[in-house]
Amino acid sequence: MNSYAKRLMWPVLILVALIVVNIAATGIDFIIPSVNDGRLGGAFVNILRRSAPLMLIALGMTLVIATKGIDLSVGAVYAIGAAIACQMIIGQEDQSAAGLIFSAVALALVVTAVIGAWNGTMVAYFGIQPIVATLILMIAGRGIAQLITGGQIPKVQDSSPFTQLGRGEIFTIPLPIWIAALVFVAIALLTRKTALGLLLESVGGNPEASRLAGIRSKGITVLVYLVCGLCAGLAGLIGAANLGSADANNGGLWIELDAILAVVIGGTALLGGRFYLLGTTIGVVIIGTLEDTIINVGLSSQWQFTAKAIVVFAVALLQSPEFRGWILKPFKPKPEAAAPAPAPAEEVPAK
Amino acid sequence: MTTETLTERPARSTLFDGLTKYIPIGATVALLIVMYLGGIANFKNFDSAQVIAGLFIDYAPLLVIAVGMTFVILSGGIDLSVGSVMAFSTMACAWLTVDAGISAPLAMVLVLAFGTLWGLLIGAVIHYFNVQPFIATLVGLFLFRGLTLQISDTDVSMREVDFWQWGMTHVEFGGKVRDGGFWLPYLSFVAFAVVIVAFVILHYTRFGRGVYAIGGSEQSALLMGLPVARTKIGVYAVSGFCASLAGVLAAFATKSANPLANVGAELDAIAAVVIGGTLLTGGAGFVLGTVAGVMVWGLLNTLIAFHGGLSSWWARIVMGVLLLAFILLQRVLARSGEKRRT
Repeated sequence: MNSYAKRLMWPVLILVALIVVNIAATGIDFIIPSVNDGRLGGAFVNILRRSAPLMLIALGMTLVIATKGIDLSVGAVYAIGAAIACQMIIGQEDQSAAGLIFSAVALALVVTAVIGAWNGTMVAYFGIQPIVATLILMIAGRGIAQLITGGQIPKVQDSSPFTQLGRGEIFTIPLPIWIAALVFVAIALLTRKTALGLLLESVGGNPEASRLAGIRSKGITVLVYLVCGLCAGLAGLIGAANLGSADANNGGLWIELDAILAVVIGGTALLGGRFYLLGTTIGVVIIGTLEDTIINVGLSSQWQFTAKAIVVFAVALLQSPEFRGWILKPFKPKPEAAAPAPAPAEEVPAK
Repeated sequence: MTTETLTERPARSTLFDGLTKYIPIGATVALLIVMYLGGIANFKNFDSAQVIAGLFIDYAPLLVIAVGMTFVILSGGIDLSVGSVMAFSTMACAWLTVDAGISAPLAMVLVLAFGTLWGLLIGAVIHYFNVQPFIATLVGLFLFRGLTLQISDTDVSMREVDFWQWGMTHVEFGGKVRDGGFWLPYLSFVAFAVVIVAFVILHYTRFGRGVYAIGGSEQSALLMGLPVARTKIGVYAVSGFCASLAGVLAAFATKSANPLANVGAELDAIAAVVIGGTLLTGGAGFVLGTVAGVMVWGLLNTLIAFHGGLSSWWARIVMGVLLLAFILLQRVLARSGEKRRT
């Protein structure tokens, strides 16, 4: 088993376990998609559809974390993207005009990309810690979104094609799933079939060494934050389109924490230098499935937070070599006094 | 400005030496004065002493969690769980006294002990298992919000329990408010006590020196033989204690527990600490600066309330801008500090 498959083994096992629990609780219908009114449905497809915004943000976050960074502002950027598009659409008489929808979406994406680039500039050129640089917008961002919407919750008419972004489908598959899949493929191709992925990992491993090796590490840092902002904006658009409204206060609340959680579950360490897009995808689906599992096994929805806390705790501990060394100690054969060494040693090539 | 010519000193220890280290806090105090004078110039009754006193009533819980956060940030960590721990503590106070019928003082002690123990546990996980503080305290953020909602998803009132009246019992200074005096409730004095104790601990005890040393460089602190484990776990225990104490103060102030209270309080606390001149990378800062930071946040909200026409979200935008300004200021000072050395 190569190291990549090994990394993915735990997340996949957790996901399979969750799905088995759901099937046991609600029957085999949980996993089997059904077609209603020319549209793919079923519990699991719905989970995927609802997870699309989180998926987009988690993909952007994976790239940022690969460069040893973090982006706390994505939830606020989500709200800003949603606010810009909705506010622009409700400002016009004819909310169905294709040109209007197109320009609203384009404006929201441009603004969120600029916000992302701003974050990246703070990190790369001003040398501010990522957690601090993005904290500024995490605090101010929802205020800016409120400023755009004037403190109201703009509601787009249901007939507007904008809502199709969240509710529509192409070839019976829901549009949000298409968007998430396309972004995944685009990022995967860009990072794995070109040198970009290697450069990203190099910057995450050691920005200064990368710079000396001739990599434009500052430009790459700005680029990943830009992509992350763009992903967050797109996620905001899908979320707003699905609801038909933009809630500046609660739209995408805590999505940054869910995204970081998905990335960490997927095996990407917060220390940077390595990233696993497929792992992140599985992490996102795990989080989405977890939310449904809680309802399906008959617990109240308030258990969601508690369940997430347990998952974060378990993942954090499992990824800690110190913890594994400590917990496995009683199981190691005594005669081999040097036994504790193999566990960390296995980690070294993986890092 | 000192004129040592050591060449091999690590850059961080030279960040804020001499008078330079007082620039951020000086800027915060100047900002406070400008805001206050601006308020007096524009609004009637803003010069009442009660406006200042009011800051220490409404923002006493925030002050207490920000003091705890100062310890954690000085040591180079971060604690995202304080808002949830605070909400949970308030809810636990309500639940223990109203539903479980435990006497209120005992309930208070239990809640404080629990918060401290939680801090110890998470500190131990961070130190011994080398889990990043960001992730480890994220557990607390989710766990306690979830537990709070499980105790009750609606408001719980504590009005029937006499004990909770104690916190808002107040002392008048200089007569009635209309005669130019002001009043402060007991809970403000608790917050003051926390600040004083924190100041003494940080500046005059071994533990406090250890916190600064670890924030400056954990490796050096370890090599110097400082008790790194004890100190690192200790700061999270302090933060846990402060968060649960803030929850108790909130119980005194509102006599009710809301399961969705204090969402994002950790961000307010972090912002207050940074605006108060503490470096987010750890190792430099003051607890009295944090008091100034909380006052900036409070005064900002008071100004907006006095204006009446502005929405409260302006406070968040201004806070973000201030945060940006202070972080850039710290960067500039740090860069000039590095240059002077070389």
